[in-house]
Amino acid sequence: MNSVLIVGRNTFREAVRDRVLYNLVFFALLMIASAMLIGQISMGIETVVMISLGLSAISLIGLLIAVFTGVGLVSKEIDKRTLHAVLAKPLRRWEFLLGKFAGLVVTLAVNTAAMAAGLFLALWLVKHSVTPSDLVVLVAVYFILLKLMLVVALAMLFSCFTSPLLALLFTGGLYLAGLFVSELRSLQVTTLTPQMQKFFAVVSYVLPNFGNYDVMGAAAHGRAVAGMLVLHNTLYTLLYCAIVLSAAAVIFSRKDLK
Amino acid sequence: MPPFAIETENLSKEYPHGFLHLKKKTSLEGLTMQVQDGEVFGLLGPNGAGKSTTIKLLMGIIFPTAGSGHIFGKPVSDVGMHRDIGYLPEQPYFYDYLTAAEVLDYFARFHGYGAAERGERVERMLKKVGLETAGKIQLRKYSKGMLQRVGLAQAILHDPKLVILDEPMSGLDPVGRREVRDIILELKNAGKTILFSTHILPDAETLCDRVGVIAGGKLRGVGAPGAIVGVKATEMEISFELAEGAAMSEAIRVKAAKSGAAYRVSVAENELYAAMEELRAAGARIVSVTQIKPTLEDYFMELIGKERAQAAAVEVSTP
Repeated sequence: MNSVLIVGRNTFREAVRDRVLYNLVFFALLMIASAMLIGQISMGIETVVMISLGLSAISLIGLLIAVFTGVGLVSKEIDKRTLHAVLAKPLRRWEFLLGKFAGLVVTLAVNTAAMAAGLFLALWLVKHSVTPSDLVVLVAVYFILLKLMLVVALAMLFSCFTSPLLALLFTGGLYLAGLFVSELRSLQVTTLTPQMQKFFAVVSYVLPNFGNYDVMGAAAHGRAVAGMLVLHNTLYTLLYCAIVLSAAAVIFSRKDLK
Repeated sequence: MPPFAIETENLSKEYPHGFLHLKKKTSLEGLTMQVQDGEVFGLLGPNGAGKSTTIKLLMGIIFPTAGSGHIFGKPVSDVGMHRDIGYLPEQPYFYDYLTAAEVLDYFARFHGYGAAERGERVERMLKKVGLETAGKIQLRKYSKGMLQRVGLAQAILHDPKLVILDEPMSGLDPVGRREVRDIILELKNAGKTILFSTHILPDAETLCDRVGVIAGGKLRGVGAPGAIVGVKATEMEISFELAEGAAMSEAIRVKAAKSGAAYRVSVAENELYAAMEELRAAGARIVSVTQIKPTLEDYFMELIGKERAQAAAVEVSTP
């Protein structure tokens, strides 16, 4: 486990030195500009607009980092052959993979936490107070982080057996498909043949359900999120990540490096 | 009997290629060899011969299609034995956002050293490879030769029993090569086992107890650098001066080469005395007689020449 931490720590350092966290400057500027603008034009719905905008930005920026960095986590090491010296150390390939995953997840967590703090600051600028109902935003931010974990795991899986470009397309495609899992499930009650219904049922349960992580509406309107959903999403993410990373580890452990 | 430091049996590697990966390209074919504990063993061969493939198979970077490899009696798939191995990859590349000291510290952590010991080892290694003043510079600013030095430092940082070096002299200037040679000799004197690949033959002749020559993915010969070339018949070189107007016999004249005022002629060992008699009769003054020792390079070139001739013959005979 120590090896996982060593690789994870280095991955975080790599992200920081590669200026991944510079996006925070963009986010800060966006929040400041939005807070100033929303205060001028919104009539009574400043909080809703501010939270929706802030959470969308946190999600989008996080997704871009998760996909682009996630795809390159392993493939870059293979291409540049930095892996050769690393794998000559007493380190198993799955430990390396898990360390890279952990390092990027920590990076995303720090990034997301900083953006969430920025959002609360912007909220305070808009309405000069933060109410307990605004704390639902924290749940929404937590769900975004869970979603990003899953995206990183998928990006790593694809990058273990295909080119970075294809891995990017597969991850992006799966993310988009995963947003419509509940629609896919509702297809079962329409006039499809039983075989097709079965097919869509299976597909809808195999696809990662990214729709479950969206509580932006509830957060914007200060509605509470059920504790069961928090537990469900946490366990779902952990289980799905474990399955995806296990598959990635199996593939990576048998891969000939160039 | 203690296990060999390295032992391979019928180690082979094929790479699929072509459309749908239906064709196979053989990189290494049936490699069976042993490296003794405490030995310096050189893997020689031209580019693409299978040297790096052998090393990558031993390090678990690629996996064999057939055969097996053992290091100190343990299968190469056992990652735990990497504690006893130092490895310098060919044309090493490290994280360019780290400094040399940071990258060495990163590698040292895998061996479980505490902060103080890591610091001490990193400092000592940087000094050993001549980078003590460049330790705090990011690797993106390093030259190829400097990266090679970092590679060597990380390979020996943990004082391994076995050091595997893939083209350790590559990218180094003469001074750097000399320094690497000295480090290898130092490791040898410390009782380490060293396996290194190279196509710089004088280095192999200087450093190796034994060499293995690989060409076309096959091991062509193993032995001490002197013994492996000793199978060839030796020749003698006679250096002589000829008085003005004196004439050599036709047999010697066609073989003789003029160099300044002197002539040089190579004859087979068993023809030496007859040739000297002839030269004396012609009034020549014999300056020196030297045995021409075939070098590893001669052996290597002869082998490669045969290999290419065979490949060309196969190509011609294939419709």
